[in-house]
Amino acid sequence: MTTSELLKTPLAPMHEALGARMVPFSGWLMPLQYEGLVAEHLHTRKSAGLFDLSHMGRLAITGPGALDLIQHATTNDASRLAIGAAQYSLICNERGTVIEDLLVYRLPDRWLLVVNASNRTRVVAHLDSLREGLGCDAALQDETFDVALIGLQGPESQAVLQPMVEGDLSALSYYHARADHFGADEVIVSRSGYTGEDGFELMAPSSLAIEIWQQLLADGAVRSIGLGARDTLRLEAGMALYGHELTEEITPFEACLGRVVRLDKGDFVGRDALAELHARGPDRKLVGLATEGGAVPRAGFPVVAGESVRHSDLGKEPADVGVIASGTFSPTLRHPIATAFVRSDLATPGTAMGVRIREASVPARVVSLPFVPHHTKR
Amino acid sequence: MSEDGAGVPDDRRYTEEHEWAMRSDDAVVVGITDFAQSELGDIVYVELPKVGGRVVALKEFGVVESVKSASDLYSPVTGEVVAINEALTDHPELVNSSPYDDGWMIRVRVDNLAELDTLLDAAAYRKLVG
Repeated sequence: MTTSELLKTPLAPMHEALGARMVPFSGWLMPLQYEGLVAEHLHTRKSAGLFDLSHMGRLAITGPGALDLIQHATTNDASRLAIGAAQYSLICNERGTVIEDLLVYRLPDRWLLVVNASNRTRVVAHLDSLREGLGCDAALQDETFDVALIGLQGPESQAVLQPMVEGDLSALSYYHARADHFGADEVIVSRSGYTGEDGFELMAPSSLAIEIWQQLLADGAVRSIGLGARDTLRLEAGMALYGHELTEEITPFEACLGRVVRLDKGDFVGRDALAELHARGPDRKLVGLATEGGAVPRAGFPVVAGESVRHSDLGKEPADVGVIASGTFSPTLRHPIATAFVRSDLATPGTAMGVRIREASVPARVVSLPFVPHHTKR
Repeated sequence: MSEDGAGVPDDRRYTEEHEWAMRSDDAVVVGITDFAQSELGDIVYVELPKVGGRVVALKEFGVVESVKSASDLYSPVTGEVVAINEALTDHPELVNSSPYDDGWMIRVRVDNLAELDTLLDAAAYRKLVG
């Protein structure tokens, strides 16, 4: 795919003016970094970072059958959402493995699903076919290209955003959204994010995106943050990225997301399989790993049994007991971190492991997630 | 940063893989170029061969890891490693801040100094990254 065939968000000219390194990402041309990944990451944890999330799919669902469609498609219980509330949820297939992870918002006039850029067209097709199968009276509209999504994340987010909107942000709680005004223009402000920090996500007409970005960036506490730091921030926060911690080969219970699978809410796609998987318990589980030394465990590297296990297996080559899902260098902790799927009996924090990095087996131990504590507002 | 190649020093030779090699007394010092460090981004780990080991021209001699990815390092010359830059163990970011000086990687006693002449000169390397 050449650059000209890539989709561009309404903020693309802004990123280029700011000198961002632009890269293809899920069919979109997106900023990888501006001043540098580590500096951007640390700035977000300390102050406030601005993220262009307009590549993420935004799907509006309206009509009397909207809730019914969402309940059938997703694993969490959307009927528990009050107006203005949001929930993290999954879309599974009939085998009980994960097609998509998403946010479901119940807004006053519509339901809104925020889905991964990489899965948007697939999710639209899945919902369309489900709607036809169920005969739901619901309409699905893809708002992705009409509405910009801008993230503001970090401890200074509220102080930065408050003077620019009308509503009292201290009264807006985590995973809640409401209509507000940014200057004269109507926007939706959501208190949510993908960094583990307090922060907001703004949905505004695409035509306003650059103006909003410039106004927020004019505050000295704010810097632009690229996709590189977005990934290291989410991994430190122990949050799943589709394609790594979640795929169609992974169940919600393996990914430690059983809390968003509501087997008691009524029928939904994958429920029978998920009930059986839940009763049986997962053979492997997602864990955090901290490794020794500087070499970084990367996705796909094998995880082998550590000293505690090898002891009873003297003389044998350590067998693979898992695989790395995501790995990076943690700018906050200053050492490599990784998520891995490992045998369930080895998933206890403190368990010694090894990660095969090139020719070496690097000592690692299981640590609890998140790697860096969350500072979200409750 | 000088992605246009303006800052490429004239006192050394270059590979198409973006390593540099500079004669220093009877040995050759090897590192990566400013263009390379800029493309890689924040460098967090450098894996180098042991002192006394051998490196072979155009073969891998180590790995440099940025936050996002790991990349092989290719030796510009053939010979014995007589020193490695120990400072990179605790401060891999020296490769970003000073790729041509403090961020050097290995010092090689080369089998044949004439090997340097087969590498790109600064003008040719500038053209490559320009």
